[in-house]
Amino acid sequence: MERVLELRGVSKHYPSHHAVNGVSLNLARGEFFSLLGPSGCGKTTTLRMIAGFEQPTAGQILLNGADITYRKPYERNVSTVFQNYALFPHLSVQQNVEFGLRRRPGNHYAQRAMEALDLVQLAGKQTRRPSEISGGERQRVALARSLVLAPDVLLLDEPLSALDPNLRKQVRAELKAIQRRVGITFLFVTHDQEEALSLSDRLGVMSAGELQQVGTPEEIYLRPRTRFVAGFLGGVNWIDGVGVRPEATRIAKEPPGERPARPATVVQSTFLGNCIHVEARLPNEQPVLAEVSRLGEGFRAGDPVYVWWEPADELVFQ
Amino acid sequence: MTVKRASPALALYALCAYLFLHLPLLILAVFSFNQSRFTVWQGFSFNWYAAALKDSQLLESTANSLIIAVVATLISTVFGTLCAYGLWKRNSRPLATSLYLNLVTPEIVTGISLLAFYQWIFRFLRVQLGMHTVILAHVAFSIAYVVIVVMARLRTVDARLEEAALDLGANEWQAFRFVTLPAILPGVIAAALLAFTVSFDDYVITSLVAGVNSETLPMVIYAIARRGVNPVVNAISALIFVGFGCLILISQRLQST
Amino acid sequence: MNRLRAWFLAPTWTVMAALFLAPLAIILSYSFLTRGAYGGLSSPWTPDSYQRLVDPIYLGILGRSFWIAGVSTVICLLLGFPLALFISRSGARKNLYLSLVILPFWTSFLIRTYAWMFLLRDTGLVNTFLQKIGVIHSPLSLLYNDGAVILGLVYGYLPFMVLPLYATLERLDQNLLEAAADLGAKPWVALTRVILPLCEPGIRAGTILVFIPCLGAYLTPDLLGGGKSVMIGNLIQNQFTTARDWPFGSAVSLTLMAIVMLLLMSLARRDAEDLL
Repeated sequence: MERVLELRGVSKHYPSHHAVNGVSLNLARGEFFSLLGPSGCGKTTTLRMIAGFEQPTAGQILLNGADITYRKPYERNVSTVFQNYALFPHLSVQQNVEFGLRRRPGNHYAQRAMEALDLVQLAGKQTRRPSEISGGERQRVALARSLVLAPDVLLLDEPLSALDPNLRKQVRAELKAIQRRVGITFLFVTHDQEEALSLSDRLGVMSAGELQQVGTPEEIYLRPRTRFVAGFLGGVNWIDGVGVRPEATRIAKEPPGERPARPATVVQSTFLGNCIHVEARLPNEQPVLAEVSRLGEGFRAGDPVYVWWEPADELVFQ
Repeated sequence: MTVKRASPALALYALCAYLFLHLPLLILAVFSFNQSRFTVWQGFSFNWYAAALKDSQLLESTANSLIIAVVATLISTVFGTLCAYGLWKRNSRPLATSLYLNLVTPEIVTGISLLAFYQWIFRFLRVQLGMHTVILAHVAFSIAYVVIVVMARLRTVDARLEEAALDLGANEWQAFRFVTLPAILPGVIAAALLAFTVSFDDYVITSLVAGVNSETLPMVIYAIARRGVNPVVNAISALIFVGFGCLILISQRLQST
Repeated sequence: MNRLRAWFLAPTWTVMAALFLAPLAIILSYSFLTRGAYGGLSSPWTPDSYQRLVDPIYLGILGRSFWIAGVSTVICLLLGFPLALFISRSGARKNLYLSLVILPFWTSFLIRTYAWMFLLRDTGLVNTFLQKIGVIHSPLSLLYNDGAVILGLVYGYLPFMVLPLYATLERLDQNLLEAAADLGAKPWVALTRVILPLCEPGIRAGTILVFIPCLGAYLTPDLLGGGKSVMIGNLIQNQFTTARDWPFGSAVSLTLMAIVMLLLMSLARRDAEDLL
């Protein structure tokens, strides 16, 4: 697999704290890669260093093998879709998309801009101003504006966070489809684990400036390397030093027989629509959360129950 | 969340306040049409306007004022806009402090200090006080106004826009020219109009550094006013009021786009 | 970026250095020289000029300047606050009313001062009108005294007080007033206990913007005060023209500057410099 982007020990140290500390990763050409983490973990700073808006205090950034660590933003073949889209308000949609093209020698600007707008399905609105189109449409213009330049890597800084929640799922799917079509490497920064899991070929989880784990969605979710990664990607029940996901936690009024099960008492049963969350308490006061289908037996506060899980579902850490 | 409405008492007070602000000028304008030169109304007439427009001293000084204002405005607007942009990118405490100091220094002090400065320079160059000394002085005190107005406009510009431009391949100068400058252009024009009115109207500094042959309109008005009331001044005042008023209204409109 | 930015700041720096800071430095040095025999400057370096300032005549002028500026500022505050309040409660017509305040201000300070000469002089409109309706029989001398100067200054600088007050009122959280009403405060109480204290930044800004120019006023005391109401500005101008005592004039100028800066440092908050 060809490495299009490589970070080697990239750090951004401030006098008061380390925003990014020794991050190393490789992106393969054509892959959809997400950087996932809570706010303040350094993912946006990492993105900005790749784009050229910040300089690393240590480490190297290589694009197609060439060292671009200290190059200016306009000297790098990467393009950024900003969180608030940063569309030029005094230019029309089409002029926005043509902007980067016009900085390069060449011609057929209008034609290429229109092709990009077709790709994001905004063909009819090229003469409108950014203030005259919706938030979702603005995001598509920002995407078109960057894609039209055929960058080696497209950087996306939490592009879905400014959208209405009900719009996000739809835009997510469109984004994935576009990426598959154009085959450009996407580096997607987000704090939403559902987005990262559903979109990425691979993802990296960051915390406090450090990259804790890189892998496919399955690897990260099912085989987290640290407690932080486990907890960030989803809920975890910690029972006797072992972690089990709520959806893998079995609960029933009768013991299962072929598995050792722990007795517990139901505290509360919450109906969530597509499933039920049953909160129970072990004899040592430890809380357990089990996610069960609403089609199974119901539970009420005070019910005595049994809790078990499959050994394969245990999360083990190094 | 409803905003409280003004009570009738408050509205009445406001009316009186507005009358206080505007009546003196309106009265001045009304009496510019007075036939006689006394403050007793004796019929409508344009003769004071005619007298004003025929007075060669008035015309010449107005021409001087216009030339000075236009040149000074051009220079101070360009310098001031570039300065505001530079400060917006990253503040320079010494420069910001100098500009602030410039704004709060009483005019009489800037005026006499410039006079002293010029006289000192004239020991080395064979130059005299004249239009150029006035223009330079006007540039000196207008720049701060331009910086303020343009800065206010720059604060409404999203800093990410220039980053986006750089990201798309524009260099720093291109980012300024194609992205930021268009965004602040209404503010720049508003600043220019402000600089123009401030320059045109200046008396204190100009009177100190103007030479014998570069009388400005305010200097002439001052001289006439000093000698007593003259309806010609009323006429000029009305004309200036209308002219400036238009410029300022345009400037206000531009600043709110 | 730094190279480009340096080029952008350079022209203004040059102008500031050559046409503002250098001249101030020059009069600073002049203030320590002696007056020449025919005016101008002459050699012995001496702090005499500053010592002369302590003379009762000059202290009197200083005192009068503070007095006039102070009274003008207070009047501006008393007149300006209700006006700013009115504008902030005008709903859709806010901008119109605001423009009506700004408009007279930007149309020639000289002319607005002249307008009061026209109104107040012995044969001016006020006297003619009062005589006509029989209230008085001989003209009141309304002009050429401290009162006329104060009137002229208030008229000239009122907008400088209204604008910052309005800006502060605008930003006032309406929820606070609703909370006050909810807790039982009548309108007057809400005004004095909630609105007024929250307007402190605006009052502070307005005071600076009015008091300092009034302190250094020249044109208004010159035209409306005649020779009878001499303020610091007139004294300075006089020293540089008629009296031709540049060292003393410089000393007075620098004293005025020092007073202005002291006032700023004590009144202004550090973020007043984000005017710029």
